[in-house]
Amino acid sequence: MSDEMKHSDELAHSGHGDDHGHGAVALHDDPFADPGLPEHHVRLTDIDEKAAKRAERQVAILFAISALSAIGFCVAYTEIPINKIYDFFPLGQVGASNLVLGALLGLSLFSMGAGAVYWARTLMTDVEFPQERHHLESDPVTKAEAIAEFQQGVADSGFTSRPLIRRTLIGAMAVLPLPALWILRDLGPLPQQALRSTAWTAGELIINDNTVSLDGTTGQGIKPADITIGSLVSARPQAALSAGDDFNDMMIKSAILLVRMDPADIHSQQERDWGVDGIVAFSKICTHVGCPVSLYEQQTHHMLCPCHQSTFDLTNDGRVIFGPAARSLPQLPITVNSDGYLVAVSDFTVPVGPSFWERG
Amino acid sequence: MKKLSTRRRHPLAAFAVLTLALAFAGALYAALVSPSASADSGGTSLAAQIQQGKLLYVSSCSSCHGMNVEGTSLGPSLIGTGSASVDFQMSTGRMPAQQFGAQIQAKPNPYTPEQIDDIAAYVQSLGGGPVIPSASQYATESTEVALGGVLFRTNCTACHNFSGEGGALSDGKFAPPLTQTAPINIYEAMLTGPQNMPVFNDQVLSPKDKQAIISYIVADRNSPNPGGAGLGRLGPVSEGLFLWTVVLAILLLLAVWIAAHTTKASAERVAQAAAAKSKSEK
Repeated sequence: MSDEMKHSDELAHSGHGDDHGHGAVALHDDPFADPGLPEHHVRLTDIDEKAAKRAERQVAILFAISALSAIGFCVAYTEIPINKIYDFFPLGQVGASNLVLGALLGLSLFSMGAGAVYWARTLMTDVEFPQERHHLESDPVTKAEAIAEFQQGVADSGFTSRPLIRRTLIGAMAVLPLPALWILRDLGPLPQQALRSTAWTAGELIINDNTVSLDGTTGQGIKPADITIGSLVSARPQAALSAGDDFNDMMIKSAILLVRMDPADIHSQQERDWGVDGIVAFSKICTHVGCPVSLYEQQTHHMLCPCHQSTFDLTNDGRVIFGPAARSLPQLPITVNSDGYLVAVSDFTVPVGPSFWERG
Repeated sequence: MKKLSTRRRHPLAAFAVLTLALAFAGALYAALVSPSASADSGGTSLAAQIQQGKLLYVSSCSSCHGMNVEGTSLGPSLIGTGSASVDFQMSTGRMPAQQFGAQIQAKPNPYTPEQIDDIAAYVQSLGGGPVIPSASQYATESTEVALGGVLFRTNCTACHNFSGEGGALSDGKFAPPLTQTAPINIYEAMLTGPQNMPVFNDQVLSPKDKQAIISYIVADRNSPNPGGAGLGRLGPVSEGLFLWTVVLAILLLLAVWIAAHTTKASAERVAQAAAAKSKSEK
């Protein structure tokens, strides 16, 4: 409703306001009338120049604090040694550099924002005024002119009269997105059969992770007598010791865990057969999304994954008894070689780790 | 005697007799079988120690583990568990157990080291087993911290968290935090695998490796938090929780506080200002 209309409505109402008692029922108020703006209250800073000056100074002080904190940040960055540790109550022992940098940058940003808010609330005008929307539609003359110009342009370009150009342009634009699809199709070599096999082969020596040197090139095998009931040993194939750059690619599939249980506790005959005197080897890679499972409860023989609490029953072929994992933890068949060390009988019989599209 | 016989029908006689009987039993217990009554075993021979340990065992442990350490339905046999296990369980206060539950929990230990040594010697004499490590075995070694970190991450972090803060297991069981555990107890726990913790025997985790792990745990425990408050050293979980609860609440309160405080002048001040203005205009 425009201002003019509102005023005329008010005039009309006030004009009929005196007509009470003539029998006609006049609508006293338009229920849809614009209620208008609330009464404006002035602020202290609007009427008191002293208060306004004070507010101005406060805003300026906040901005100055912001600037000083930012400069202080620069000074602290170069002056406070990065390894300096202080005992700040109640945080305890913390790095002085980090704490001071964070506090000063925080103070700088906060003062800047607080100053702006305080400025807006005390000194910027707070008189309410309406801003009318204008009509979105253009007038007919302008519309006709624009259409005429566009049609003139189409005619001048020959877009309609030269179909060869038009068709090749549309064709070229249709082909243009193809490179994007083309590179998406080939973001690296396809895994081929890599997800189906690991570094474990017949006779591959099982290396105790705890004996591997820090550079990862030497390590020792494990004899069955080394592992007592209740033990948990992380292990890797001997090939991992000389894997070099392929180490991570190899270990992401080949990491295993050895545990020893009382053979009578194992419910599955196949699991007993694939182990040595109650020593069984399972993949360390969770079949959910591939976290390393190694939370082993030696009394319940449950193996938990720390990421999503998938729980595998190691007495029963590594079957899932809780959590989001969909497949049993793969067991590695092991035996003892002629030197008395634990070795793999073969590779895992199923792909290890998370399910994948072509797994079947 | 006549006096006594007339009083035996007094309404409070039963209570008096019961109180006396309880006091007598308590005194007898304190004098003969309570742990504090037999603290004078220091410097005795192994045989005497074992003898002393057996007495203590009978008074403190036998109700669950059996008079002959054979185990009952309430507790396992201790034959072959070794002195390291006894020392771990008793010096951390886990044994004697206060109550059954998902897991026996640590609590203040009421026994003296000598008493625990006596019981440990007794249990050790029955069937061998891992022995209490010597002080040099669990002494921290600053040059072994890097190796200890690798071994800690391989064997311990899955349950005890990357900075030894502990974590949950299934059905109410949990891996306790290692932030206060004495080095000797960490060593014994690795050696014996208490409750649901796996065993890390010397053949799969050498004594030197155990020492390296302890060195790492102690070094990590004493290392400062360069970034500020540790918030339990649980990583982004506790940091996010802090931001989304405490910091967000502060910001909301600040916004409410800003909106709740008007900058408008009171009617009185408006009137004053109007009066002053008209005065100055006159």
